[in-house]
Amino acid sequence: MRVAPTGAGGRDVIAVRGLGKTYGAAKDAVDALCDIGFTVAEGEFVSIVGPSGCGKSTLLKILAGLMPPSDGEARLNDAPIIGPRRDIGVVFQSPVLFPWRSVLGNVLLPVDVQRLGRERMTARALELIALVGLAGFERRYPWELSGGMQQRVALVRALIHDPALLLMDEPFGALDALTREAMNVELQRIWLERRKTVLFVTHSTSEAVFLADRVLVMTPRPGRIADVLKVDFPRPRSLDVMTTEAFGSHVRRIRAALNAGGGLE
Amino acid sequence: MTGSLRAFVLRLVLVAATLAAWEALVRLFSIPAFILPTPSSIFIALYRGFASSLYIDHFGITLVETLLGFALGSTLAFALGVTVALSRRVEYFLYPFIVMFQSMPKVALAPLIIVWFGLGLASKVVNAALVAFFPLMVNTIVGLRSAEEDRVNLMRSLAATRGQIFWMLQLPNALPYIFAGLEIAMIFALIGAIVAEFVGAQSGLGMLIQSMNFTMDVAGQFSVLLILSVLGLLLNGLVVAVRRRVLFWDPSQKIEMAPSNKGGAS
Repeated sequence: MRVAPTGAGGRDVIAVRGLGKTYGAAKDAVDALCDIGFTVAEGEFVSIVGPSGCGKSTLLKILAGLMPPSDGEARLNDAPIIGPRRDIGVVFQSPVLFPWRSVLGNVLLPVDVQRLGRERMTARALELIALVGLAGFERRYPWELSGGMQQRVALVRALIHDPALLLMDEPFGALDALTREAMNVELQRIWLERRKTVLFVTHSTSEAVFLADRVLVMTPRPGRIADVLKVDFPRPRSLDVMTTEAFGSHVRRIRAALNAGGGLE
Repeated sequence: MTGSLRAFVLRLVLVAATLAAWEALVRLFSIPAFILPTPSSIFIALYRGFASSLYIDHFGITLVETLLGFALGSTLAFALGVTVALSRRVEYFLYPFIVMFQSMPKVALAPLIIVWFGLGLASKVVNAALVAFFPLMVNTIVGLRSAEEDRVNLMRSLAATRGQIFWMLQLPNALPYIFAGLEIAMIFALIGAIVAEFVGAQSGLGMLIQSMNFTMDVAGQFSVLLILSVLGLLLNGLVVAVRRRVLFWDPSQKIEMAPSNKGGAS
């Protein structure tokens, strides 16, 4: 009954095999992740959905090179991830903007860190800022923006150095429901235009299905992949797709997998 | 606006009324001038002091002592604060010394400093630097360590070096703490300079107070105290002005700025 957790066609950007993470030692040890295996093809949008504590943030930290795994390995473009890398963009749950930098300055942070040359990259930054609908806000400061606008800036910052992979850790979790839906439509539009490989972590089943080509369902204690499903609604998808029967059956299947795994109380 | 103008006039009237009541009470009860001088005699002393350029010379000396002490103390405090914040090992070995010095009233060292550095400018600068040193060092350490984990993770995920994390994140992030420390350090430097002048000096406003005390010139002492509080205000204003320019992005600035806008003294 299981769908193979691999992307259909295309070169694999991410390949994860037998990945495990244990916190603590000996009898106090807690298995955060156990035998995680999946791949993500180039240009694919994969959602990981699961309740809090299922280890999805741990998984993302390992993929971002912020934390080493205890077992197995994760490969990016066929090289093992053993530390932070320059070809990954990360969007965190909060925007994590620096208040002393303007919108443009925040977007150019990766450029400064990786010494890519501000002169060369500023045009690209302005273009991306316009792409997310923030043209005219380049000189503003983060505290002058709404939560949704701040998260757009964070998205542009993650895209500025043209990473091979975009990791998104519940990026819209802190936004209100209406802004969140608008941001989902926005993200899809940007993704269709740029075709980045995206790994998107969320605890919202409908958000996961709406955005993704494939959904990995994770259950806790220990964190493992309980189910994988393909979503092949035509794109661009409008929010109306959420009311269709096919969408509902995807969501029900995810819920069933989460229930069976003890993910939902 | 008429409302704020009225409040301002009211405030002036209140100050004038207080001075008038002071003058009247001293005259009514014939309080001797060496206990409490009248405001008018204080202003006369102030005028004479400036007219003879006596106050200006001593003011200049205390100002130079304070500024040099502030510069020396805050440079060392910042450097040591950065070293301690970035290296757990340095912190481990320096910790006993820091704790010992921190709990000691630094002004108690003034007599020793005079013995070591003499009656001239050097001893005042050293004492001012010593008193100004600790608040800034402590604030620098706390500020540099206060960077949020998310922000550090962001920098690390970009493959930033330790140096980049310091310059692009930790240092700007610590600036609100550092400026709070600089504000205290400036006032502390003034205290340090005055105390050192009390203990032994040939010039400066502190020495002037001391010598006026010997001659029972209480009106003169009051006039110098007035100069000192103006000096303190000016020095504080200097740091605050720089802070407002540098920390335009700090939300706590706006809250702090509101009440002190209308010339209120601290």
